[in-house]
Amino acid sequence: MEPGQLYRKAAIVGVAESDLGRVPGKSKFQLSAEASKAALDEAGLTKDDVDGVFTTIITEGGQFSSMMMAEYMGIRPRYTDSTSIGGSSFVAYVEHAAMAIATGLCEVALICHGSTNISDRGGRAGPVSGAATVFGPAQFEEPYGVSTVGSYALAAQRHMHEYGTTSAQLAEIAVATRKWASMNPKALMRDPITIDDVLNSRMIASPLHLLDCCLVTDAGGAVVLTSMERAKDLKKRPVAVLGTGEAHTHRMISQMPDLTETAAKISGKLAFERAGVSHGDIDVAEIYDSFTITVLLTLESLGFCKKGEGGAFVSGQRTAPGGDFPMNTQGGALSYTHPGMFGIFTVIEAVRQLRGECGPRQVEGAELALANGTGGVLSSTGTIILGRE
Amino acid sequence: MTQIPLPRPYQDTAAYWEAAKAHRFIIQKCRDCGAHQHYPRGVCSHCLSSALDWVDASGDATVYSFSVNYRAPHPGFKDQTPFVLAIVELAEGPRMMTNIVDCDPETVTIGMPVTVAFDDVTEDVTLPKFRPKA
Repeated sequence: MEPGQLYRKAAIVGVAESDLGRVPGKSKFQLSAEASKAALDEAGLTKDDVDGVFTTIITEGGQFSSMMMAEYMGIRPRYTDSTSIGGSSFVAYVEHAAMAIATGLCEVALICHGSTNISDRGGRAGPVSGAATVFGPAQFEEPYGVSTVGSYALAAQRHMHEYGTTSAQLAEIAVATRKWASMNPKALMRDPITIDDVLNSRMIASPLHLLDCCLVTDAGGAVVLTSMERAKDLKKRPVAVLGTGEAHTHRMISQMPDLTETAAKISGKLAFERAGVSHGDIDVAEIYDSFTITVLLTLESLGFCKKGEGGAFVSGQRTAPGGDFPMNTQGGALSYTHPGMFGIFTVIEAVRQLRGECGPRQVEGAELALANGTGGVLSSTGTIILGRE
Repeated sequence: MTQIPLPRPYQDTAAYWEAAKAHRFIIQKCRDCGAHQHYPRGVCSHCLSSALDWVDASGDATVYSFSVNYRAPHPGFKDQTPFVLAIVELAEGPRMMTNIVDCDPETVTIGMPVTVAFDDVTEDVTLPKFRPKA
């Protein structure tokens, strides 16, 4: 059977966030469970309908994530998935869940995530580990002071070297994303910023400035899928899973085959082929923006522009409200929320745009949306294309 | 002063760290396919052969990318900021993460020739780093 035949059989029927921002009184488990409850409520389902659980927690207390979260919510699934490829996991779960539903392995899939990144870590975008000694291949990076921002900075520097990309072009992304955030009451950072604001913000790891970097927040999110047949009887207009792809190319940044190209080159191609649509058909794109450079590399790797032309592509506020490429319409990880793994929020916003629920930030007539998650250090990607039914 | 995170040698890596301590920079070469690799593994990542030899690397490399880091990613790096995080491409082919040392961080460029420089960070641990080639 061709993978393409398994699409359009599963639909997203519920999406929700938990409390966002700084939520000191709640554990990451509670945030994940509260988002799950809200997403199920929205669909008109209960936890007892859930027979597939998809989650990962990469921080303390998250071992055996799907067992742990299912137990926490009193769910006993017959399909389980703790795939742990970083922030893209939750986009990849949409592929896994859609396949499990299409083949009858489960009927109601719950994808959930919770994180107390700001409450736990005091906001530092911090070390890969706090350990005194490092076991495993990471011992070839951590003693040199590697960090998440440092890793992405290496990619940015290389892209600038090869293609002449500028800090001002990267700043275009941060500025446009903030404009979208200003229209989202749930976004943490809503005051407008300028390209100069980005360029004048503190240098964290050259060439990335503070405002090139995502927020660090607490947040939970959840997505519920079921069969298209069952979806028709539920409360929300179903959003069909039309095509998906996932890929990874490395774990550590020093092992990345090409610092200027992400696995989205693979996952994006698969998603477009399986959905049977082309780039020009996409009405709205939700691209994981851990850093401005993440977006630029992803747009090129997905094929929205040629390699090396990402800087020109995002110039002139093209991705801002009113631009011809609406992107990260909830305000993204740069301005809305970022709990360490943002992938699930790209799915949530894509679904809301396709339902027409986004109020002032609604992209008029959005029928096809693309969401792309990136995980690790530009290591893994999940790409999905969703459509209004 | 807080110590930086240090490598805990294991089966794949003990020989590498022992050599570094003696100021020798070694990498692996596959006896079956001839490829060099770094970081050290129990198998060749090109062909999955277990027939790996340790060979002396030339110590010559070029900067593939770099970033001047102004914030310490761990308390142990506080007195080192700003420091140059870099990926260098060894003359033998593999890339590795390192720091570029013994120069003004602002003078580092992509493509710059560099050579290995051993940093004895403790009595037991030496980190191969790189400095501009004279």
